[in-house]
Amino acid sequence: MAAQTISEKILSAKSGKNAFAGDVVVCRVDCALGTDGSTPMAIDYFEAMGGARVLNPGSIVLALDHYAPAPSRHTAQLHQRMRHFAAAHGILLWDVGEGIGHQLVVETGRALPGGLAVGADSHAVMYGALNAFATGIGSSDLAAIFISGKIWLRVPESIRVTLTGRLPAGVYPKDIALALAKQLGADGAAYKALEFGGLPESPGAMELDLEDRLVLSNLSVEMGAKNGIFAADEKTFAYLNGVSSDPEMADPQTPDPGARYCREVEMDLDRLTPQIALPHCVDRVMDIRESAATPVQMVYLGTCTGGRVRDYRQALAVLKAGGGVAPGVQLVVAPASRTVLETLARDGTLAEFIALGAVIGTPGCGSCCGTCGSIPGDNVNVISTANRNFKGRMGNGAASIYLASPASCAAAAVRGVVADPREFLA
Amino acid sequence: MRIRARVFGDDVNTDYIIASRRKRDSLDPQVLRQYLFEEIAPQFAAGVQAEDAIVAGKNFGCGSAMEVAVTAVLGAGIRAVLAHSFARTYYRNAVNNGLLPVICDTSRIREGDRLRIASGEVYNETTAEAIAAEPLPYIMRAIIEAGGLVAYFRRHGDFPA
Repeated sequence: MAAQTISEKILSAKSGKNAFAGDVVVCRVDCALGTDGSTPMAIDYFEAMGGARVLNPGSIVLALDHYAPAPSRHTAQLHQRMRHFAAAHGILLWDVGEGIGHQLVVETGRALPGGLAVGADSHAVMYGALNAFATGIGSSDLAAIFISGKIWLRVPESIRVTLTGRLPAGVYPKDIALALAKQLGADGAAYKALEFGGLPESPGAMELDLEDRLVLSNLSVEMGAKNGIFAADEKTFAYLNGVSSDPEMADPQTPDPGARYCREVEMDLDRLTPQIALPHCVDRVMDIRESAATPVQMVYLGTCTGGRVRDYRQALAVLKAGGGVAPGVQLVVAPASRTVLETLARDGTLAEFIALGAVIGTPGCGSCCGTCGSIPGDNVNVISTANRNFKGRMGNGAASIYLASPASCAAAAVRGVVADPREFLA
Repeated sequence: MRIRARVFGDDVNTDYIIASRRKRDSLDPQVLRQYLFEEIAPQFAAGVQAEDAIVAGKNFGCGSAMEVAVTAVLGAGIRAVLAHSFARTYYRNAVNNGLLPVICDTSRIREGDRLRIASGEVYNETTAEAIAAEPLPYIMRAIIEAGGLVAYFRRHGDFPA
């Protein structure tokens, strides 16, 4: 058999065909997530398709995360419809306040090495950090999965992303992702897989913790990628053993020697510096020092990219070192899940954020996509730990969104202008 | 299929096609069509005509996977999108809803050009130029020809084997 990439191996196993890049195959789905942004339409499609029962309710999870809490009667009714659908078909539903569906899929160990895990939301790519083939799908795809348990997929070509070295102090996985977006462009990986790895003499990517790998997989869609996948290793299984999952169901896949890559990209982490994405494109990236002194009025710490425990700890370290939040800056904290919020509450981090004047949002997507939460005003510059900065993204097209690491966002909160976080970590 | 070109640039994201916040009030394509491209082409929605097709540069439909970015376009009566490249979620949502995605070199198509789309080719009647288009793989063609995944599943109850 010809050599295969990780993605080709997983899609071969799930389709029962010997699949290679460019093939279109029908695959069995191990886990599918629907959100309140996509599921109401999926229920419409399900009914229009003549769907009566959900084939594998145990493989489906639904999350009320985009409108959390519901900001209007209409969205509240969408939630009611999803609750009724979930109850009628025996599907697990994560209600308002439980958190972002992607974070919950990972926290509950539903995305497993070698599995096919999809989500009707583009940031489902995040589960690739766990060696799952993970990609975003539409509502009609989700409806077809309800009925058949299957999905059609084009097998992607893979770009091998080799990360070597170690991140210097003050530089984080978000900086790797932004630097990569700059290098590849917003469509540089369109239809393709990003396969992250290191070298035997410098494991780089594989030295990153699982939480850090999640950031890279999450942002792979911002380069147009279909999925962003890592091999599984002891860190993957240590993580899975720590959550309520079934790791013996895992079927970890590694690339074959001689697998075909359409492109190879290398990055030396030792030389990386803090990065920032300027409005209104994720690939408009520069060294943060080149953007220093840009005034900032809102700092957003949250989302499925940057709303986990270590993100808040990194941000808090900078805020404390810098002496707190500058006047005129609104600091918003919206954790990715209830579990994250509970951890922050238990270890005192949350109390410190409150003492610094932070606004605490409901665990969920918050204002990342402008569906609820703190909407910025006209001409406001926001710096955010999120993954997207399109015009209008946070609910106001007259605001400007900058993207950076949690520490860089915190540095901006301290100064009231964009700043290099390394100044606070000396 | 004969169409009139409505030209857009590169990297038109789904929030530019239809803003996420519009989904809060309605998912009805006939409502959403009023807000098509409101951030980048505020006159478009009011003036769109039945034979119009979108002609874009690279990476059309990047950003979110939200399917209303396809159904709102269909709601406006548009049946095809031609682009140098598509974001993959937009491409698959288009296939699943019966909106024809055509990958071809769009760089010489101008606003208002009259185009004819046939299998594997786009013919620009205004400039008398034939443009090669990528053929669709079998499964995608079967879904589009059925009119989308809903029609396909109503008829077959499952995917092609």
